[in-house]
Amino acid sequence: MSRSDVLVGADWVEAHIDDPKVVIVEVDEDTSAYDKNHIKNAVRIDWKKDLQDPVRRDFVDQAGFEALLSAKGIANDDTVVLYGGNNNWFAAYAYWYFKLYGHEDVKLLDGGRKKWELDSRDLVATASPERTATEYKAKAQDTSIRAFRDDAVAAIGSLNLVDVRSPDEFSGKLLAPAHLPQEQSQRPGHIPSARNIPWSKSANDDGTFKSDDELKELYEGEGVDLAKDTIAYCRIGERSAHTWFVLHELLGQPNVKNYDGSWTEYGSLVGVPIELGAN
Amino acid sequence: MCGAKAGGPDLAGIDVASETIIQGSVTRDGEPVSGYVRLLDGGGEFTAEVPTSATGQFRFFAAPGTWTLRALVPGATVDRTVVAQKGTAAEVAIAV
Repeated sequence: MSRSDVLVGADWVEAHIDDPKVVIVEVDEDTSAYDKNHIKNAVRIDWKKDLQDPVRRDFVDQAGFEALLSAKGIANDDTVVLYGGNNNWFAAYAYWYFKLYGHEDVKLLDGGRKKWELDSRDLVATASPERTATEYKAKAQDTSIRAFRDDAVAAIGSLNLVDVRSPDEFSGKLLAPAHLPQEQSQRPGHIPSARNIPWSKSANDDGTFKSDDELKELYEGEGVDLAKDTIAYCRIGERSAHTWFVLHELLGQPNVKNYDGSWTEYGSLVGVPIELGAN
Repeated sequence: MCGAKAGGPDLAGIDVASETIIQGSVTRDGEPVSGYVRLLDGGGEFTAEVPTSATGQFRFFAAPGTWTLRALVPGATVDRTVVAQKGTAAEVAIAV
């Protein structure tokens, strides 16, 4: 797999904007952003409403994912191109989620909505495009890319644990990103032996990913042994999906899992070890 | 659009006393600009980023200390330093 298989630029998207077998999907942290405007022919997936179980803290199940994609008019053999705001955090999360349920051909728009806007490319405010419903068939969850709380605890001192939150969240000064009210987990801090490599170090100011050489140097320079398996986490699993994309899809690391429970789960568990302070 | 509002977003409903708020607006020739504002910590590390509102406004919930705001708009990038304190909203007007 190469970078061009998983990451496309804006010119590629513009060239395929009317291709019926290419489905452009917007996934935003701010789920109302799509209503303001979006890329022509893009459909919306709401990361809260569409991707989370309405009762339990978990994802929608296999049948739920099948129903969602069928209703959105996405077929198993479609090329899905994801983009979103906030440097593609939730688009990367959706990418990982599509891979979790086995969709073959998924790509991210490099730089997402921000780069598209900063380049003053066209956005439209029309309603969602009409797509004929499909009969989408999802695979069982591929848990080789998803870590659970016991995996995180077992990884302490043995696997690479990469905490991709900001330095102030890692050290315990903040509980949430600085644009959100400070709430959520019961305790601040990080998982012992984790390296703090903020997701933002893997991206340029315009939201595009850094080069493969820069990325490899970044993780190795911060003490990640790329010969070992890796678990990435953040607060709720969206920023770490971005880093999972970097390590697994761009750098081709074989065993990388995203711990989507992340700090909101770990920092509320009774009895697990927690460390405070910077790396 | 009838021009930018002075200062950051309305603080109604925000528990200002318990938060450390940095907010303001981004304007070009007095008119609000669509773009993004990044919050960088004292070491220049990225901490957060928000899109500006329709009236050019932005807000961060931070921690006390010195921060850098970086406005990204089509064709320009502008940095501003701000000192934040708990219990008050630090207001920053950024002209690009």
